[in-house]
Amino acid sequence: MMEILAKAPVEPVGAVTYGTAEGLLGSVWLLVAIPLVSAAILLLLGRRADRWGHWLGVASVGVAFLLGLTYFFQLRGVENRSVELSLWDFIAVGDLRVDFGLLFDPLAAVFVLLITGVGFLIHLYAVEYMAHDPGRRRFFAYFNLFVAAMLLLVLGNNYVMLFFGWEGVGLASYLLISFWYVRPAAATAGKKAFLMNRVGDAGLLIGIFIMFATLGTTQYDEVFSGVGSLTATTVLLLGLLLLLGAAGKSGQFPLQAWLPDAMEGPTPVSALIHAATMVTAGVYLIARSNPIFSANSTLQLVVVSVGALTLLLGAIIGMAKDDIKRVLAWSTVSQIGYMFLGVGLGGAAYALAIVHLLAHGFFKANMFLGAGSVMHGMKDQVDIRRFGGLAKYMKITWLTFMAGWLAIIGLPPFSGFFSKEPIIVAAFERDDWTAWLFGMAALLGAGLTAFYMTRLFVLTFHGPARWTEEIDHPHESPKLMTIPLILLAVGSIGAGALMVGPVPEWLEATAGLGGGSEAAHETVLSHLAITILSIGVTVIGAGLAWFLFRRGTATEPQPAGVLVTAARKNLYTDAVNETVFEKPGIFLTRALVYLDNRGIDGLVNALAAGVGGGSGRLRRLQTGFVRSYATSILAGALLVVAAFLAVEAGWLV
Amino acid sequence: MSELKLPSIDYAALAPTLILLGAALVGVLVEAFVPRRLRHVVQLAVALLAVLGALTMVVLNANDRLITIGGAIAIDGPALFLQGAILVLAAMALLLIGERTVERGGAFVAQAAVTAESADDRRQAEGAPGATEVYPLTSFAVGGMLIFVAANDLLTMFIALEVFSLPLYLLCALARRRRLLSQEAAMKYFLLGAYASAFFLFGVALVYGFTAGTPGRAAGVDFATIHAAVGESSSSSVLLFGGMALIAIGLLFKAGAAPFHVWTPDVYQGAPTPITGFMAACTKVAAFGALLRVFHVAFEGARWDFTPVLGVVAVLTMLVGAVLAVTQTDIKRLLAYSSIANAGYLLVGVLAPTSDGVSGTMFYLVAYGFSVLAAFAVVTLVRDADGEATHLSRWAGLGQRSPFYAGLFTFILLAFAGIPLTSGFTSKFAVFSAAFDGGQGWLVIAGVLTSMVLAFPYLRVVVLMWLSEPGESTPAVVMPGWLTSAALTIGVVATLVLGVFPQPLLDLAAGAAEFVR
Repeated sequence: MMEILAKAPVEPVGAVTYGTAEGLLGSVWLLVAIPLVSAAILLLLGRRADRWGHWLGVASVGVAFLLGLTYFFQLRGVENRSVELSLWDFIAVGDLRVDFGLLFDPLAAVFVLLITGVGFLIHLYAVEYMAHDPGRRRFFAYFNLFVAAMLLLVLGNNYVMLFFGWEGVGLASYLLISFWYVRPAAATAGKKAFLMNRVGDAGLLIGIFIMFATLGTTQYDEVFSGVGSLTATTVLLLGLLLLLGAAGKSGQFPLQAWLPDAMEGPTPVSALIHAATMVTAGVYLIARSNPIFSANSTLQLVVVSVGALTLLLGAIIGMAKDDIKRVLAWSTVSQIGYMFLGVGLGGAAYALAIVHLLAHGFFKANMFLGAGSVMHGMKDQVDIRRFGGLAKYMKITWLTFMAGWLAIIGLPPFSGFFSKEPIIVAAFERDDWTAWLFGMAALLGAGLTAFYMTRLFVLTFHGPARWTEEIDHPHESPKLMTIPLILLAVGSIGAGALMVGPVPEWLEATAGLGGGSEAAHETVLSHLAITILSIGVTVIGAGLAWFLFRRGTATEPQPAGVLVTAARKNLYTDAVNETVFEKPGIFLTRALVYLDNRGIDGLVNALAAGVGGGSGRLRRLQTGFVRSYATSILAGALLVVAAFLAVEAGWLV
Repeated sequence: MSELKLPSIDYAALAPTLILLGAALVGVLVEAFVPRRLRHVVQLAVALLAVLGALTMVVLNANDRLITIGGAIAIDGPALFLQGAILVLAAMALLLIGERTVERGGAFVAQAAVTAESADDRRQAEGAPGATEVYPLTSFAVGGMLIFVAANDLLTMFIALEVFSLPLYLLCALARRRRLLSQEAAMKYFLLGAYASAFFLFGVALVYGFTAGTPGRAAGVDFATIHAAVGESSSSSVLLFGGMALIAIGLLFKAGAAPFHVWTPDVYQGAPTPITGFMAACTKVAAFGALLRVFHVAFEGARWDFTPVLGVVAVLTMLVGAVLAVTQTDIKRLLAYSSIANAGYLLVGVLAPTSDGVSGTMFYLVAYGFSVLAAFAVVTLVRDADGEATHLSRWAGLGQRSPFYAGLFTFILLAFAGIPLTSGFTSKFAVFSAAFDGGQGWLVIAGVLTSMVLAFPYLRVVVLMWLSEPGESTPAVVMPGWLTSAALTIGVVATLVLGVFPQPLLDLAAGAAEFVR
């Protein structure tokens, strides 16, 4: 492991070039096309495809996985291990050329394998999980659409292509969260996810425009080669905007609130989109843009701070939640915080963050599907206060969930240990006092993680049964659900140890990742001490939770101190959002409606007309008087003329 | 007695306009002499043939770069591109106007003079063949628009403005159902339009006064004279700025920019839906064509003075359109606010100080026109016994009743929302990148932020259609006749193609972005 850590921070990369895709790799577009075509078939055929549609959905992702594996092996023989495939000139306005092209390099390849591999298992699971839902075919159509968009996101060879996928996954996620539209909470959550993502998307889009304005291109290779010519301020601004986009998609501070609410969607959605793939798009964006982030140390500091803050925030809130999926969701927020910490540290930690991302994809998907399996057997209940003692009724779910639990808390030899502990070490490697700050935050996070995950595990599977009356006999889920669980559990156990060596080495060929070889930084504590400490806090956290909850807990939330109450209320972040964004937004809307003379009238009357529809009502439909319109036009005209005259007199501009 | 000198006239260059105006006159004669039962077919054929003929002439003239008829008309790249755009979109609108199978007798009233809500009115609403005067009126309007985008002086522009506006006021009043609404809309449009025209004309007078001070040149309102005067005139620049402001107001009214947008929702809602589509597509092209020419040719020298003011107007327009679209409950009003917001994005393109801005704006106009006509085509199809069901609550669950049309509408809404791989993304990208490149970053930021807001009402409709249970009042979609099908297909295919392979049209627009002076 020391060899990896020896890879020191990467200075701005030199010229970046990619080979051209030839031979088998020339058909890399199939990866996106196959799920897309499947989604189109499922949507267009409608009810006719109800009987076999879900199997088409599963098969398309399976085929994409096999193809991805083939391409992956093809890449070994290629120079730079990176190939570009330009499909056509998409936009060419003036100096701007945007290529509709794909890039298959090690970073894209590992993401492709994660998306299609884990995605395939989750699709398989969903066949059974959604079996009783009349909208199953539609569900698989959106699911395929999501996979296609996600693959486009990681395969694009420029930022505009990335943005295409970015918007696509956002859209599919919105549709899938709102899938159970009969639940008002689901619809609200869908909206919240959509709006908070749009904030991030706006940042990303403006960042892309800045790239175009300063560098005249959005192609990865040209942007990365040109970063050196930009001023520090431009790089900082560009990086912050990209970070805003990444934070929105990945549920990082300050845009974290949508992710836990998104759990209103069906559980396979939570597993695929809100644990394994889409939410890691932010990490992908930063890892991909590493030449930009490495070029400015302030920028890296901001990313590290966001990561550290979010990992603590998520862990603290996760400790106080009683909804099995929400605990997992906050845990996702917290774990992605670790990944942001990793990519923010730069240098070799980029690769570590990607390893943690892959490992997390396995164990979190495993636990989400496990939670779905528990819910399946417990009549869709989610309150862990009302579970308990399920271990003997759901042996497979229990064992597979245990694998995920051991992996996430990071005890050796499970995968979390190999992926998380190096990030903690890397945090201690910084040059100044911030080493202590971020190192201790990462260490504390490990302890908190152990606590809340153990609480979740113990309350669900052990201790006395505290079931509600309607439950008489919990049952294990059918094979189609347990097989994916078992496979993911195997991944949770072994993935970390297997990946920690080869993956960083493999990723080295990606532009900017690896390549530098300075001497190892001194950590402020010795490596061994950190390892012992991190195992120590984990054991303490887990032991404490075991001790507190082994005999179960009260079935209702109890009055609690300030901290617990704050954590139950998401540390008041929602309240902050409400005052800072929602209230002014509502005020602005009202003001504009008022200024628009008759917006309110129109709303009320249109409603009345819609209900009644009679001519008498219609007669009153338009209450906007021409005179008030004329007045507002006159007022506007006076303002415009006044503004022009002010310009003329030199008062403005 | 000196010889009277006639200006030289290049009839070939003027042919598109002449064909349309001629066809309109033929249409009037058809009304007088052709038996009633044949009129619909004959009128539709005359109007469509005229539009196609004019389009052919535009294509044949594609390489013209000239000023003709005594300096009144400039036939150059932008003029030809925009004329072509207006003609293509007008052809689509004519297909919608000519539709008679969706509703018996078509979307237009049989006799406009019948008192609304009377017994006679109810009788005509039940299927008497609609008035065929709409075709000559449409032809007149299209002819006026063709002059408007090619006008090379302010007076010609003013006359063209009136020529295309008057028929539109009338057309707005001709809805078969909800006639009071329709007549009210027409009345408002007419009064406010006349009001805005007065601003424009007063502005022309002020600018004329300003040009009088140019040394060595006679006063005039042609763009070359104004262009020269902006740099050299010794007259008080209050005249110039006051005039520029008033002319801008007149044009921004037609474009539907805030705070001159107030008529838009009422008129869009009240007018017969094919006419709403026609206005949303073709009037936008005409208004922005004129804005481009006035601000890129006549007032080019004052660019750094008008940009901040019009920039504020653009931001306000985007904001008003996007935010108020969120509160709408009627699909036609929603599309009206969306068209207001799009006017804001188009202004961003107009204010980009390069030829990329011109070509981006022109591309945007075409892309938006196709999408919006397709959107209104779908609106005409969702109906019950009382006509179109435009209230959004009626659209709930439409995806389950009529998945195909709901799917098409979803696609168009995604295009409006600027989702990639639709023309909505490429066109916004084109104008925003031109503006950013031209140093107007603040406009782009406002544009990106408001378009994020604006995506929300569209997706709300999508969710309403697909993720809600159909209620008892959810109407089914009426099978469209071949005319509407054709218009809808053209619109949807264009929205897709311009989203995936925008390059040919972008090239065409870039090649046509230079004005003659």
